[in-house]
Amino acid sequence: MSKLKIRVDQDKCQGHARCKSLAPELFELDDYGNAHEIGDGTVPDGLEDKAWLAQTNCPEIAIEVTEE
Amino acid sequence: MSDSPSASFLPEHPPVTDWVNDFDHTDPTWTENPFPIWEELRAASPVVHTERFLGCYMPTTYQAVKEIAYDTEHFSSRRVIVRDVRPDITARAPPITSDPPEHKPAKQLLLPPFTPDAMKKLEPRVRAICNELIDKFIADGQCDAAARYTKHIPVRAIAHMLGIPEKDGDLFIKWIHQILELGIKDDNELMSGVREMTGYFVSHLEQRKHQPGDDLISQLMLAKGPDGQPLSDEHVLGSLRLLLIAGIDTTWSAIGSSLWHLARTPADRERLIAEPALIPTAIEEFLRAYSPVTMAREVMKETTISGCPVKSGNMVLLSFPAANRDPAMFPDADKVVIDRKENRHAAFGLGIHRCVGSNLARMEMTVAVEEWLKRIPDFRLDPTGKVTWSEGTVRGPRQLPVLFGRTA
Repeated sequence: MSKLKIRVDQDKCQGHARCKSLAPELFELDDYGNAHEIGDGTVPDGLEDKAWLAQTNCPEIAIEVTEE
Repeated sequence: MSDSPSASFLPEHPPVTDWVNDFDHTDPTWTENPFPIWEELRAASPVVHTERFLGCYMPTTYQAVKEIAYDTEHFSSRRVIVRDVRPDITARAPPITSDPPEHKPAKQLLLPPFTPDAMKKLEPRVRAICNELIDKFIADGQCDAAARYTKHIPVRAIAHMLGIPEKDGDLFIKWIHQILELGIKDDNELMSGVREMTGYFVSHLEQRKHQPGDDLISQLMLAKGPDGQPLSDEHVLGSLRLLLIAGIDTTWSAIGSSLWHLARTPADRERLIAEPALIPTAIEEFLRAYSPVTMAREVMKETTISGCPVKSGNMVLLSFPAANRDPAMFPDADKVVIDRKENRHAAFGLGIHRCVGSNLARMEMTVAVEEWLKRIPDFRLDPTGKVTWSEGTVRGPRQLPVLFGRTA
C-alpha cells in the first residue's frame, strides 16, 4: 500500500488550526498559530483518514496530501 | 419588546419589497430570518447591489465571498461595517481595519496570545464562569439564556485576558450595542460608544505605565512594532477596541445560536450528551449554519467578481454567513448536520483577515455548550416567550427564553 505524505502550504495557511484540532499527530502549530506538518510529513500507518479529514476541513485549502 | 434590538429599526429605511435590487441587512425581515432571502439573492446573481448605504454590493455565493476576501488590492478593510454614512476614518482598530503592508505586522502582535495552547490555559476560568452563571438561575427552572448566560461568558473571558475587572462587563456590552447596532444609523451613538471605550482604556494604560502586569494590555504595551519601537498608545488603544468589539457579541451570538438550535432539536441534544466527544464537530456545524459575523469591504478599484462588474465607491457586505449556506459548497447546506465530516466553513473569514480570536471563540463555545448540557440536559424554548435576534453586522439571539426539564 502506498504511503501518504502531507504538506502545509505556508503561503496559504492562515492559522485556522482545524488540522491541528482534527489530527494533532500530524500537524503542529508555531508561535503564531500557523500549521506545519510534523517531521517530513509522512503519514504513519493508520492515520490516513485523519490526514484526509484535516485536508477536507482546511478553509484555505492549504493542505496537500500526496501518495508516494 | 421595547428593549429588543430589532425595535431600534428606524423608519427612514423603507421596508424592502425588492430584495434582489434593494437589499437591506437591517430590515426586520432579514433580522428575523435571513436564510430565504440569501437563497433568493443567490438564485438571482453571485453579486447583488443596493442603492442603500450609499451603494453596497453583496456577494451571495461562497466563491464570490472568497474572491473578495482574497483580493486586498481592489477591496480595502479600512471600513468594516456597512452604515448609512461614511464619515472620515478616525478610530482605527488594527489589524482588522488594516490593509497590506501594514496589516501583517499589526496582526503578528496579536497572534501569540490567541493560539490554541494559550486558550487551554484560559479554559478552566471559562468553565468556572459558565458554572457561576448557571448557579444563579438553575433553581428557577427557566431563564433567558441570552441575557443570563451567553451574554456574560465572552465578556468575562476577554476581561480576564486583558486584566480588567470582569464586573465592568455591562459597560462593554453597552458600548458594543452603540457601535455595532445603533451606530449603523446614528453617528452620535457610534462616536459616544467609541469615546467612552477609549477613555476607559486610556486609564488602564496609564495604570500599567506605572505598574505593568502580565495581562494582555501590558503585553501589548511592551510589544515592539516593525520599526523596533514600542507601539504608540493610539495603536494599543485601537487593538484593544478591536478585541473588545470583536470578541464579545460575536461569541455571545455563536453560543446563543447553538443553544437555540439545541433547545429546538432534542435528538441533537441527546446525541451530544451520549457522545460528548462529538461536541467540537457540532460546534463547527453551528458555526457554519449560524455564522454570526458579516464583515465589510470598500471597493477601491473597479474589478469583476464571479463575472459581475464591481465599481469603486461602493461598500461590500461580505457575508460569510451567506457563503456558509451555499449549496454549491455544502451538501444539505440548509440542514444542521452535527457530525458533518467535510466543513470548510468561513465563519471566521478567509485569507489574511482570519479572525484572530477564532481559537478563543471555539474554546468558549465548546465549554459553554458542554457545561450547559452537563447541568441542564433537557430544555426547550418557552412557548410564552419570544426569541429576538440582533440587527446588522452580528447575528445571534438577544432574548432566548427557555424552560428546563423534559415537558411542561
